[in-house]
Amino acid sequence: MSQTTSDRARAARHVEPIKPPKKGKNSVVGFYQTAIGKKYVMAISGIMLLGFVFFHMIGNLKIYLGEDDFNHYAEFLRELLVPIVPRTVVLWLMRGGLVIAFVAHIHSAYTLTVINKKARPVGYQSPRDYQVADYAARTMRYTGIIVGLYLIYHLMQLTWGVGGTEFERGDAYANVVHGLENVPIALVYIVANIALGIHIFHGAWSMFQSLGLNNPRFNSWRKYFAIAFSAIITIGNVSIPIAVMTGIAK
Amino acid sequence: MKLTLKVWRQAGPQDKGQFETHQLDDISDEMSFLEMLDVLNERLNQQGVEEIAFDHDCREGICGTCSLMINGQPHGPQRGTATCQLHMRKFNDGDTIVIEPWRAKAFPIIRDLVVNRSAFDRIIEAGGYITAPTGSPQDANEILVPKEAADAAMDAAACIGCGACVAACPNGAAQLFTSAKLGHLNLLPQGQPERLKRTEAMVDVMEQYFGSCTNYGECESACPKSISIDFIAQMNRDFASSKLRNRRLQGQR
Ligand code: SF4
Ligand code: FES
Repeated sequence: MSQTTSDRARAARHVEPIKPPKKGKNSVVGFYQTAIGKKYVMAISGIMLLGFVFFHMIGNLKIYLGEDDFNHYAEFLRELLVPIVPRTVVLWLMRGGLVIAFVAHIHSAYTLTVINKKARPVGYQSPRDYQVADYAARTMRYTGIIVGLYLIYHLMQLTWGVGGTEFERGDAYANVVHGLENVPIALVYIVANIALGIHIFHGAWSMFQSLGLNNPRFNSWRKYFAIAFSAIITIGNVSIPIAVMTGIAK
Repeated sequence: MKLTLKVWRQAGPQDKGQFETHQLDDISDEMSFLEMLDVLNERLNQQGVEEIAFDHDCREGICGTCSLMINGQPHGPQRGTATCQLHMRKFNDGDTIVIEPWRAKAFPIIRDLVVNRSAFDRIIEAGGYITAPTGSPQDANEILVPKEAADAAMDAAACIGCGACVAACPNGAAQLFTSAKLGHLNLLPQGQPERLKRTEAMVDVMEQYFGSCTNYGECESACPKSISIDFIAQMNRDFASSKLRNRRLQGQR
């Protein structure tokens, strides 16, 4: 069979896809299989995590009210909705939700990164590659990894008590103070929380875009919200190791 | 003007390619960027050297054919214009200019600075039109369109399909192009019947070829028509509706 000119032209125009076509499943699972669906999952799990980070910080600021208030708050978390449900049930439900949000956030980030690396295998040689993307946007993957590793250490130290610092179950205040008296550990906390602030600065803006929440009436507020939110979280969190180091909390 | 050009040369799709350096010393600042390349090509031609292949057609910023990555900026340093609208007065005497082709898996290099952008055609084929009977034209104003909606649709319709958004994107994503094409139709009454079907089909094809959006905003800054990333948000929203909404109830608010 002879090849016609238009066959040859078509072959010349052929571009290899990076992904096979979708099989048109209109379900939640089918939605997650698309890249935009993954961005929705990233944004929704991100909102859950932002909520956690916010209330975690508010709770931790009780450290400034002293030992009794702080430990009372820690105990309150275990007693949530008691006696409707048994003690610690709500706490465990919240922990379960957070674990799911974390896994979803990391899985979608990982799979999207793989797609993106495939879509742009060769970079440019010219010095200026980025025109407007800010530092936070460009370092999401790294700040995310720093925060993830820090989170593991933080849990080991102050939840499971295996972080190598003095730990006594139930005495949250003393555990925090003993944990952060050590200057290198306090510095790790400060650096990790700054990384967290940078990460959520991009995330808190980006989520509106991913969820399609776009309206000329509030668009300009999205950036202000991200700045204010990440600044509050960073200042609140970083202040705690500083307070312990300077002896404000002891 | 004296200039040093570092130009990407690549004999064919399979060739490895490399930079080639050229000195030019007779460039007037009134020339357009493409005229400067014409001067160079003419000289190469006289020397019996193969000319540098680059895409161009209208040379007035409306066809979307021209496509150069100039010093790491798609369409060069001037915002809101295509390469063909760029003039040499934007550069200084003695400058070194690095010229590269668009880089993306979906845009394979054909030769030198020319890339194959037919993945865009695949996206358009999937739904970048309205299914309407042809025939004699309708009366003007038979379908009323609110002024604001018409303006927004017109902003989206300004996309010339050049591919600078993909070239600028570190993820090789075509979100800005696809959302502009969708926004153009999805904002108008004529586009409503196929709105969800169109969004789903075009996004699915887009994702077969291109990367995904991380909200860098590089595309918007590179776009010669300054298309806004607001259209990307709208596309995300329509795409979620297309997947999750019952189409029988599409008219329900
Ligand atoms: S959106 Fe802008 S940069 Fe992208 S193809 Fe259209 S005109 Fe070019
Ligand atoms: S040559 Fe037509 S837009 Fe540049």
